[in-house]
Amino acid sequence: MVDFALPPNSRVQPGKVHKAPAGAKNVKVFKIYRYDPDSGANPRLDSFEIDLDACGPMVLDALLKIKNEIDSTLTFRRSCREGICGSCAMNIDGANTLACLKPIEDIKGDAAIYPLPHMPVVKDLIPDLTLPYAQLASIKPWMQTQTAPPPDGERLQSPEEREKLDGLWECILCFCCQTSCPSYWWNGDRYLGPSVLLQAARWILDSRDEMTGERLDALEDPFKLYRCHTIMNCTKTCPKGLNPAKAIGAIKEKMIERRL
Amino acid sequence: MTTRTRPLSPHVQIYKMPFTAILSISHRITGVALAVGTIVLGYWLASAAYGPVAYGHAQAVLGSFLGKLVLFGWTAALFYHLCNGIRHLFWDVGRGFEPAAADKSGRIVVGAAAVLTVLTWIIA
Repeated sequence: MVDFALPPNSRVQPGKVHKAPAGAKNVKVFKIYRYDPDSGANPRLDSFEIDLDACGPMVLDALLKIKNEIDSTLTFRRSCREGICGSCAMNIDGANTLACLKPIEDIKGDAAIYPLPHMPVVKDLIPDLTLPYAQLASIKPWMQTQTAPPPDGERLQSPEEREKLDGLWECILCFCCQTSCPSYWWNGDRYLGPSVLLQAARWILDSRDEMTGERLDALEDPFKLYRCHTIMNCTKTCPKGLNPAKAIGAIKEKMIERRL
Repeated sequence: MTTRTRPLSPHVQIYKMPFTAILSISHRITGVALAVGTIVLGYWLASAAYGPVAYGHAQAVLGSFLGKLVLFGWTAALFYHLCNGIRHLFWDVGRGFEPAAADKSGRIVVGAAAVLTVLTWIIA
């Protein structure tokens, strides 16, 4: 259901201010969402004044600098630092993206950093992603076949058939798009969301998959697919430049095609 | 072991909505406004059927400054909803999903709705 207000235990309180070291000339303020599950206190917004002359160029560099030098309790996921693992997905400057790919200089004024929106928070910038992972499993994201594979090799695909998967296979499942979608915020329990539907499209459009009809049947539901209203937050926010809105449109077209 | 309900991360409070999202919520809002406006239209038609006194009263209410303001808003909502509905039809046939195209079609919709609204009031 649509609930614009945050529950009482989720309202963000003012937090601590960590001043920049004396003599710092190029200071930027990072306002970071903090939640400590052990204290039981409401989430708070801490300010960290960072000397950019002594910091790497990306938002992830600033987060690591804070963790290493100012507050080691700051908690966030990260791994590859080059936009391929999808771990450091968070809300930076009002939009979801990967901290490792977001240049600090692209942010005007103070840099506000929150966890991915409308998700249960485990700690600080770490959301609980159990729901989207379960939704991903529900669309069976693997190749399903009924015929036996050719005895002498792989299941083949023409270059044209393979081309249909471009823009789909590159998804790294960071869930930036999933948690940018207002429809997913209000109906996440029943609407599958942009990233899961992009994965569904990836298998529906694969010429080697032989369960296309069953896959479409599973999505023929007022909520799972059709809560997409082409708001396009997903496409606008994807850090890999993919287009979930278009992928969802492709599934809707397949639904109509098979009725004709 | 104690379990505590996890807080919900901020969403609409902190998200900077792109142009396409603002147009989308406008589509919903104008849709609701049109449904309410249809009741006004029903009242006007019913008054005409009821008789000259009732019709004159309705004309006075709708012809007042406030009445005209509401009608102007209703026309604007109608043309915006109509134009954006046509934009949705293009999406339905798989066209205009690229971010730049979606922004451009959005600007066209806003412009067309403004022109049609003003044109209607000049003619009427």
